[in-house]
Amino acid sequence: MRSLIDIADLSVEEIDDLIAKAEDIIADPDKYAEKCRRKKLATLFYEPSTRTRLSFESAMIELGGSVIGFSEAQSSSASKGESVADTARVVSCFADIIAMRHPMEGAPLVAAMNASIPVINAGDGGHNHPTQTLTDLLTIKREKGRLGNMTVGCCGDLKFGRTVHSLLGAMSRYEGVDFVLISPEELKVPEHVRTDILKASGVKYRETESLQEAMRSLDVLYMTRVQRERFISEADYVRLKDTYILTPDKLTDAKPDLSILHPLPRVNEISVAIDRDPRACYFRQVLNGKYIRMALIMKLLEVE
Amino acid sequence: MLIGTIVDGIVIDHIPAGRGMELYRYLRLDELSCEVAIIMNAPSGKRGKKDILKINEVIDLNLDLLGYIDPHITVNIIKNGERVSKTHPALPETIRGVIRCKNPRCITSREQELEHIFKLTDPDRRVYRCIYCDTRAK
Repeated sequence: MRSLIDIADLSVEEIDDLIAKAEDIIADPDKYAEKCRRKKLATLFYEPSTRTRLSFESAMIELGGSVIGFSEAQSSSASKGESVADTARVVSCFADIIAMRHPMEGAPLVAAMNASIPVINAGDGGHNHPTQTLTDLLTIKREKGRLGNMTVGCCGDLKFGRTVHSLLGAMSRYEGVDFVLISPEELKVPEHVRTDILKASGVKYRETESLQEAMRSLDVLYMTRVQRERFISEADYVRLKDTYILTPDKLTDAKPDLSILHPLPRVNEISVAIDRDPRACYFRQVLNGKYIRMALIMKLLEVE
Repeated sequence: MLIGTIVDGIVIDHIPAGRGMELYRYLRLDELSCEVAIIMNAPSGKRGKKDILKINEVIDLNLDLLGYIDPHITVNIIKNGERVSKTHPALPETIRGVIRCKNPRCITSREQELEHIFKLTDPDRRVYRCIYCDTRAK
């Protein structure tokens, strides 16, 4: 029995297999419509997340399974003080697999250590969000036809942006990937990402504050939102939230086959005018999220 | 200062000066019934001062922890008044229930009964990180 807590839990080969499976699901979804019949997914969401929860739920439903769970801590036993470990043990009696979103870092690991069924980390605070990373990788693979030999720009909140940290970790394992890290000084990648991922892997990277300057070199532009919920000071949030706003004029120097990704939700960091540009991939990215979660659920449930 | 000679026991030597008491607590030596001596600020040729722990019995100790405190610490096993082994403890892969995670966003800060566990992530730089939130041990 395996869980997925951190994208690093998966080898490159396993990630490639998941991507291949997701692409097969996309090609022939009917083939998978009954794969998880009579299986139940428990979505334990201790903080709101419409997109991730609905993605998991629709993934399970499209596999022929069913879904139980809660979408906020107030409607769970956590409001009575139940520990994550106890909740995981209890839910193991009802479901076949858990997807957990929790505001505290490490909560899904605690669940995995105590559950008797697989646990998928659906986001733990500012820490890990491995299924978003799988979504991003599937999207890049589908848009570019490869996962290596490209320049990937990550722009915005690189300090608290867990999706960026995981993406850097995952992409740095592929050959020939260069990173351009675009952020204001206050939101640069944290020290542990720089030492444990970027320097440890030996991947080429550079840091800049100018999106404009970086634009012409990019094959993929991964935009992120400056997240209000990660700031303790409201004043800091207000000061930094509009630092990078992608508008059509900023794409003047961009490659014609640039792929623009965003984990969503966006606030205003990508102008809606960009949505019409074929290089905008973020809504296709959402759809890819459902397919890769289908592949993951099947893998963890050991369904062939 | 004179401390009795050990016939069968353990001498933990070259402890950084001032950390002997901390080690005494980590190793739970207060729970032993045999004689235990803490020598603080003993003269040291290499470092000027050092602490020493003498335990008058050969017992099972969580010696892994010593490597985390300082790789220069030595563990001497004494039998029949003779030193039969002298080792430098290795860095432990995992440290349980000793260091506490200081990250207020870590699940251990909300759920008080969770054991604090750290894993060695970079042996060269002796970096340990919380298994739950990856925060570096200070």
